[in-house]
Amino acid sequence: MNDQSMPFFASGVDPGPSFVELLRRVAPHDLPGGTGAAGAGGSDPALFPPLTHATTVVAIRFADGVVMAGDRRATSGMAIASRRIEKVFRADDHSGVAFAGVAGTGSEMVKLFQTQLEHYEKIEGETLSFEGKANQLAQLVRGNLPAAMQGLVAVPLFAGYDDRRGRGRVFSYDVTGGRYEETDFQTNGSGGVHAKNWIKASWREGMTIDDTVDLALRALFAAADEDAATGGPDLVRRIFPTVAVIDASGYRMLADDDIERRANAQLGGREEGAGL
Amino acid sequence: MTMPFYVSPEQVMKDRADYARKGIARGRSLVALESAAGIVIVAENPSRTLFKISEIYDRIAFAGVGKYNEFEMLKIAGVRHADLKGYSYSREDVNARGLANAYAQTLGQVFTHEMKPYEVEILVAQVGATAAADELFHILYDGTVMDEERFTVLGGQADTIAQALESRYQDALSIGDAVKLGASVLGDTDQPLSPEQLEVGVLQRDAAGRAFRRIKGDELAQFLSS
Repeated sequence: MNDQSMPFFASGVDPGPSFVELLRRVAPHDLPGGTGAAGAGGSDPALFPPLTHATTVVAIRFADGVVMAGDRRATSGMAIASRRIEKVFRADDHSGVAFAGVAGTGSEMVKLFQTQLEHYEKIEGETLSFEGKANQLAQLVRGNLPAAMQGLVAVPLFAGYDDRRGRGRVFSYDVTGGRYEETDFQTNGSGGVHAKNWIKASWREGMTIDDTVDLALRALFAAADEDAATGGPDLVRRIFPTVAVIDASGYRMLADDDIERRANAQLGGREEGAGL
Repeated sequence: MTMPFYVSPEQVMKDRADYARKGIARGRSLVALESAAGIVIVAENPSRTLFKISEIYDRIAFAGVGKYNEFEMLKIAGVRHADLKGYSYSREDVNARGLANAYAQTLGQVFTHEMKPYEVEILVAQVGATAAADELFHILYDGTVMDEERFTVLGGQADTIAQALESRYQDALSIGDAVKLGASVLGDTDQPLSPEQLEVGVLQRDAAGRAFRRIKGDELAQFLSS
């Protein structure tokens, strides 16, 4: 983009409040997959060098909002690519987005989604409805489908506080851009099924923030117990999952030492003697 | 066959400038003031929905006077410019100077090449870590850019209002005092404008991310009555 020229459009081709459409008009190479990267080296995923994958994330509704959490491991094939990756992000003041799958694709999708929400808000002078945000994300996932068919799969979770309805909401997606509203909780990623079982066994209506954060951590530890690609609490390096709480007062990440304290309190809990 | 009349370039430019100035003078003015806690922008604007003051980026705000549809279009172009730059480089690479230059280029281009100049004056404000690092770019209908200090006034009655501010402005005002001062110099005969007649935006100096917020409703009424 030329720094000195401003983007103006004739009325028929004006991108409106959509940042994705704007990119498509003026900088298509900046769109995810815009350079045709997925197809460039042939379409057989087996020919790729091992891709970096991010894994397990959870979103759980509680009495006043939602809790989102993710472990910190990324893998490349059998190797650990990162011990400190973050998979849970602020989408805007009242929502968060997390992803599992190919880390490059997922983080690009998140960045575009964040920009899209902020862009809409500034152009239109008001925020999108919660459903509108969920649909925008579905379009980004759908846009990634050709790349996903060639192995670059990343699928998000979207959750937050719907201030027009006064409650927490959780949306999950599939690789085609299918968008599904969950009633209470959802997980994603290779350890997701283990985390989900744990949540399912303990979740109840009207939980407090404290209990929900602990449940999210517990579910991630259970996933790490069973799934090699999910990282457990790293006591040596003091690395713990990232946890975000979203309620009427907005989006906030819990402080590291708070999570460490909670994680330590869970050690020696039900894993001991349970044959795990 | 009729010959077109010769009109000197000086005359063409003067006519356009007069036209633009007349359009701007019909609208109401706005002021921007540097204060201890950030940059305060106060506009006379009875509408609750058609804004003169807007957020552009993390620490940058936009304000316009004159023809609404024209400065609204410029605002949208500014948001697009900033978001594109922040997306392809980094959020820290978006700055008011670059944006002001782009606006100046656009307005200058339209002023010299189009039949009708834009009937607007705009402000690009960026809040810094200290008041000394604040930036106020005041851009005229023909692309002239002025880098202002302490405060700036846009609109038809700018000279009178600037005179009043010159004697009453102080460094390190609180946000409330800045809002009050703005409201009082915008009103005539020193009767401050009421909250219903005002639109107020502030770029908060200590904000971590997006610094822009609107001051309205009870908060605004409280500032004005204190």
